[in-house]
Amino acid sequence: MELLGLYHYWVFAVLLMIGFYAVIAKPNLFKKLIGLSIFQSAVFLLYITMDKVEGGTAPILQDGVSDVLYSNPLPQVLILTAIVVGIATAALGLGIVVRIKEEYGSIEEDEIQEIDRQ
Amino acid sequence: MLVAPLVTLLRPRGLAWAAATMASLLAFAIAIALTLGVLDGQKFSYLMGAWPAPYGIELGVDAFSALTLLIVTGASTLALLAGRHSVDTEIEPDRQPLFYAAWLLVLAGLVGIPVSADAFNIFVFMEISSLASYVLIAGGPDRRALPAVFKYLIMGTIGATFYLIGVGLIYLMTGTLNLADMELRIHEVADLKPILVAAAFITIGLALKAAMFPLHAWLPNAYTYAPNAVTVFLAACATKVALYLLLRFDFFVFQPNLVGHDVQFAYFLMPLAVLAILIGSGVALFERNLKRLLAYSSIAQIGYILLGASLVSLAGLTASVLHMFNHALAKGALFLAVAALATRCSGIRLENISGAARSMPWTMGAFVVAGLSLIGVPGTAGFVSKWYLISAALGEGLLGGVLVAVIVISSLMAVVYVWRVVEAAYFGEAPAGFASTREAPPALLAVTWAAALANVYFGLATSLPVTLSTSAAEQLLRHLP
Repeated sequence: MELLGLYHYWVFAVLLMIGFYAVIAKPNLFKKLIGLSIFQSAVFLLYITMDKVEGGTAPILQDGVSDVLYSNPLPQVLILTAIVVGIATAALGLGIVVRIKEEYGSIEEDEIQEIDRQ
Repeated sequence: MLVAPLVTLLRPRGLAWAAATMASLLAFAIAIALTLGVLDGQKFSYLMGAWPAPYGIELGVDAFSALTLLIVTGASTLALLAGRHSVDTEIEPDRQPLFYAAWLLVLAGLVGIPVSADAFNIFVFMEISSLASYVLIAGGPDRRALPAVFKYLIMGTIGATFYLIGVGLIYLMTGTLNLADMELRIHEVADLKPILVAAAFITIGLALKAAMFPLHAWLPNAYTYAPNAVTVFLAACATKVALYLLLRFDFFVFQPNLVGHDVQFAYFLMPLAVLAILIGSGVALFERNLKRLLAYSSIAQIGYILLGASLVSLAGLTASVLHMFNHALAKGALFLAVAALATRCSGIRLENISGAARSMPWTMGAFVVAGLSLIGVPGTAGFVSKWYLISAALGEGLLGGVLVAVIVISSLMAVVYVWRVVEAAYFGEAPAGFASTREAPPALLAVTWAAALANVYFGLATSLPVTLSTSAAEQLLRHLP
């Protein structure tokens, strides 16, 4: 079935929504960050699935070997960059959560809003 | 140009401010030079590492990019020149070098975006500027900045990730990341559905970054609780760059290729833009915190820019791009005046600044001039862009009549909320213990007045921004079938 054959796109969509749901629905700031990471991993998977050529090998040129099928290296490079960006974002987010804990004493979103309202 | 800001990181003495300002001035000078080169319709292009496009990463500057570059570097230079005292009061001296380093990273990122002609390069610069701006916003003494910047981080990262998904889908279908090449290759694509989905993802992602209604929720708190100098810089240019990207992507890549896309674009944007204008101005009417008032006003102004874009006509797009420039001038000057007020008054709510005009007449004078530009009084820059916007709307028949009514109503609302500030400052009673305060520090005041007078200058000598905007609009529209 065509639909099942595209399972890698389904994985992407499901992960995307799981991450997005966690970001929106969880009041705990740390869980939101985890949701964000899941959300970003889904995007990385999308890029990587698009470049895997069936039967293709790692895209490294070797002297003397010419007739080889390679996977497309460009999306892999893009994803490396995106992963680094994701790491930086997560690090920054976690740093902010630590500071929020210091200032507010809590990392639940509703409790923080309560404190601010006073 | 882009590397220099990154190099001047972490000076351990008060030289950090000087280094940052020098870098910013240099960037501004280069932006002016590029603008002069672009005025006669030229486009600059540079290939990184001499790899030919579309394999290599291409950098290109045309009229639209040049205008955006001017806005970004100009705002940064103004904010840095003025902000030294303001930053001193809000951030400890030993953390200041880090603060200025983050500032320069934001500048580098924001400058890199208009210059890139490659979609992924844009993503990288976008994230550089966003991450550094989260650091800047969280740097101030107000602890409410922290939840605000957390929300901005979440929403901004979701926006950037959506943009990434969109670019990935386009790459999947066309095999290229170069913007110009993308436009050509999409012609050959058989199944346009992924392209449509990609367009949706990219639009929503950039709309999140641009604080388009209803994705604007991060903006009021982020602007209000950030250090004052940071608000001057970010309010003047951060959302403008996202709007620049939105317009460029849409008109260069999508509109020529998707049938009927321009109509969909207009139907989608126009009601959201109108809502942004009305609701942004409406909430600003009731705000008592000066910075938050101006932040909601910014949401309304972004609505104006999108309204012009949704008209998809030469006049509409010219108005849109022109307003990007004029709003940056007006809001920059307004937030500079607020920063000046904040250095002397006990706070920035209307209660705190009441009676301030007696002891700080020059500051409030600058605020009034910039406020007039925001409203769109003839003789100021704001009037020029509103004029273009109204004449673009009038060309649309009955719908245009409704749009003109919306613009007029929101301008009246702007009169009201600017008046509330003016009334509090000029006619209010000074709170007890206010006694005699001095005028704002001279550097801050001088730059504030320079920004305010720039509003008047560009309102009367409109040829430069109008030429650039018209040229930009023409280029954007040239690709329509």
